[in-house]
Amino acid sequence: MEPTISTLIELRDALRRGELTSVAATQAMLDRIVAIDNTIRSYLTVTDEMALEMAATADRRRAEGEDTPLLGVPVAVKDLLCLAGAPTTAGSKILENFISPYNAHAVDRLIEAGAVILGKTNTDEFAMGSSTESSAFFTTRNPWDTERVPGGSSGGSAAAVAAGLAYGALGTDTGGSVRQPASFCGLVGMRPTYGRISRWGVIAYASSLDQVGPMGQTAADTAALLSVIAGYDPRDSTSLDTPVPDYEAALTGDIRGLRVGVPHEFFIEGIDTEVEAAVRAAIEQIARLGAEIIEISIPHTRYGLPIYYLIASAEAGANLARYDGTRFGERVTGSDVIDTVERTRALFGPEVKRRIMLGSYALSAGYYDQYYGRALKARELIRENFRQAFETVDVIAAPTCPTTAFKIGERVDDPLTMYLNDMLTLPLNLSTGCGLSTPCGFDSKGLPIGLQLIGGPLQEATILNVAHAYEQTQPRRKPELALGDIA
Amino acid sequence: MLQKYEPVIGLEIHAELMTQSKMFCGCRVVDSVEAEPNTAVCPVCLGMPGMLPVVNRRAVDFALLVALALNCEVQSNNIFARKNYFYPDLAKGYQISQYEFPIGLRGYLDITLSDGTIKRIGIRRVHMEEDTGKLTHLSDGSLVDFNRSGVALLEIVSDPDIRSGEEARAYAMRIRQILRYLRVNTGDMEKGVLRIEPNISIRPRGAEAFGTRVELKNLNSFRALADGTDFELDRQAALLDSGGRVIQETRGWHDARRETFSQRSKEEAEDYRYFTDPDLPPLYIDEAWIESARIALPELPQAKEARYRDEFGLSDYEASVLAEDRAVAEWFDAAVAGKGAGASPKTLANWILNDLFRLMNERGRSIDTLPVTPAALVALLGQVEQGTINQTTAREVLAEMMDSGRDPSSIIESRGLAQISDEAALTSIIDTIIAGNPGPVANYLGGKENLLGWFVGQVMRETKGRANPAVVNELLRTRLERERM
Repeated sequence: MEPTISTLIELRDALRRGELTSVAATQAMLDRIVAIDNTIRSYLTVTDEMALEMAATADRRRAEGEDTPLLGVPVAVKDLLCLAGAPTTAGSKILENFISPYNAHAVDRLIEAGAVILGKTNTDEFAMGSSTESSAFFTTRNPWDTERVPGGSSGGSAAAVAAGLAYGALGTDTGGSVRQPASFCGLVGMRPTYGRISRWGVIAYASSLDQVGPMGQTAADTAALLSVIAGYDPRDSTSLDTPVPDYEAALTGDIRGLRVGVPHEFFIEGIDTEVEAAVRAAIEQIARLGAEIIEISIPHTRYGLPIYYLIASAEAGANLARYDGTRFGERVTGSDVIDTVERTRALFGPEVKRRIMLGSYALSAGYYDQYYGRALKARELIRENFRQAFETVDVIAAPTCPTTAFKIGERVDDPLTMYLNDMLTLPLNLSTGCGLSTPCGFDSKGLPIGLQLIGGPLQEATILNVAHAYEQTQPRRKPELALGDIA
Repeated sequence: MLQKYEPVIGLEIHAELMTQSKMFCGCRVVDSVEAEPNTAVCPVCLGMPGMLPVVNRRAVDFALLVALALNCEVQSNNIFARKNYFYPDLAKGYQISQYEFPIGLRGYLDITLSDGTIKRIGIRRVHMEEDTGKLTHLSDGSLVDFNRSGVALLEIVSDPDIRSGEEARAYAMRIRQILRYLRVNTGDMEKGVLRIEPNISIRPRGAEAFGTRVELKNLNSFRALADGTDFELDRQAALLDSGGRVIQETRGWHDARRETFSQRSKEEAEDYRYFTDPDLPPLYIDEAWIESARIALPELPQAKEARYRDEFGLSDYEASVLAEDRAVAEWFDAAVAGKGAGASPKTLANWILNDLFRLMNERGRSIDTLPVTPAALVALLGQVEQGTINQTTAREVLAEMMDSGRDPSSIIESRGLAQISDEAALTSIIDTIIAGNPGPVANYLGGKENLLGWFVGQVMRETKGRANPAVVNELLRTRLERERM
């Protein structure tokens, strides 16, 4: 494998020029996974046979003169998205042996575009977490410092891409689960507008917030993935029936005159000073590229956390009721039906149980108005905050997370501190726009820092272009483990 | 004993909608009794991970028709909610239903009681939801069949306006009739396609507050509904009279023992934790959609009955029998519309109710498979009207029409059934009969004028029933009078 090839776009171009085959690229990735993923632990399942078959098919198609957007490009998929014929566990014991009979829509789109699926990446159980520590199987390690978490819940996808174990990956972002691990792992990771990508075949955590998101080494890699997976799907009633722009073509690097808002509420108390400094420096750099920086306010930012946990947990409680062992997945047989269901559900991990309990409580008679009902109303306030902000600015710039990657085990016994990690990402999920995290330097420990760029509904091209323009001014750095160093 | 107490009854009716496919997926709707278990299922209606519902517009069309037929205010903003509860036949662990924003609100239905009075029953709401699977309990475990899971279901909830088993039955029968008229439900209670559950309570006459209610289940016939309701009213009255109290519970109806029995206590109200289903955006039913449903709405049975009575002069009984089934009523309407110079609606009604129904019974035919068209019956009666054949012959011809599907004129012609109205031919037959029967002639002339019928009979025998009776009567009377001279 050519060590110089580290981005998806570079690989795609090399494949197009015939410099290497998809089988060679795929085999190199699989070899790398064997070599270093026992350290990183980003994959729950490596679909090596399937991948090599897909790669061979891609090479055959290319030989016949075909070309599709991702023909022959090896990518990884979070284990919350169904892949037909492969295990789909959602990081849970309760689905440990579930083999999906269908593909998620986004997976279908990847396959149609010619991508090679390397495997399923680790996730917090049912995407409930910010570190992969709630995965029922193991914790993924951050390639920049293997003592630290990669973030979550799409931590497996982020670690895989950062460690050069895939050229790009899909995650899901319900409260920040793509942007936060992208930030921790030094990647570009996007949460598209709700409805931009079909949720068909994506195991539901919180249906009104869940959205599939792409992750890549660069804005262009991310744009290439987004172009493939975005688009209308009649099987998802919340899917948006609007045309998909060419996100790659939108990366002009020209952001002159763009109005960039900086909400002071996102620079919260307790934010890491190095993070704040890096983000402010990045915003200055964006200004130097010709954008206009405007101080703005998202006054209800601090209510995002409680609103999110009430709404997400309420929806999760209903979404997870189907895992009763009757029709699929694990069944722990008990003395009667009720006993069987209770024993089966005992397979859920503590974080999942916590949220089911919280959600059921928030919806229960006598408490609905006080909790869930109130959260719905407050969510409208946050939406209105963003709507108003986008009347005066095109893009919002802020930190993705208050800190860089934390140590494994550091926060597991303190759910509240863990939740605070998502404070800056989840307001967007409660609103209607799109957002991404893009690398903006490192702290003194050498850990990546993420700049969050938020756009209004369907403004993916705009925020990708800002990330791209900024990226051109920054040196690229790879973790010690990065591509080519080990293989 | 119900002098002391006033019954307060409301009905919840669940009707499966006869759409081709289920409410939220493409699975076909199969007969839940006949079909092999779990053969009409897919990942969506099995509630598998990552699967999403998509509303079946046809089911909404059907629900809209029912809401309009029941005089409901149609709600433009329809929201689907998740009703959370656990049962092994509920695939997702929640049922998609409508809660705060159902398709129809505040409707009503007029029912006719046995003494002829009309009573208006309020319809509180009509809402769409999905059916559950079905459990079968065996000695060594339970089996679940998800064929029914996700079938579109309509729930029709009445106001507590019903006061007796008879009213409950009249209301439920009307609902079923309307559902069948709208072709949205077969009305088959045995198969559970239509499920009727009364909520029954009593209160001292004059009291405002409602008594404790009991929900009655397993009613698989209208008789069971009426009897079960009455039994329950009596049971509650006896309970109160003896100083006891009614407990809130679900009771079943035991058809063989003809009594209700306790199934499940409802003392602790179940908390369904309803919330808007985030998988389904609000379904907006605009004016144009409502208007197209209004246009598709057929004339309903009550309107037909009234028209038959008021315009055609039919009796209540005739009107209700003809209007009972939409296909019969439409057959009758088509005959009336095509009658031209032929028979009156009253005559057509008589022929349908007596002769056609008898023949259909004998031959095991339904109105949908009838070889006789409304136009053919009108043509047949036209032949009677014109005097080509008489009523008796017409009955014979109709029978033949039922068997062969041929039109009446060709049957009359090929079998030589045309009526003899030719006076010369009839006069010669009459002359022969009078000459050959001096006795009866003498008696007739002696004052036994009712013997005229006997002479008519002789002419009919002679002509094999083909003589025009009006002409024969006239000729006979004149001829016999002439004997007097």
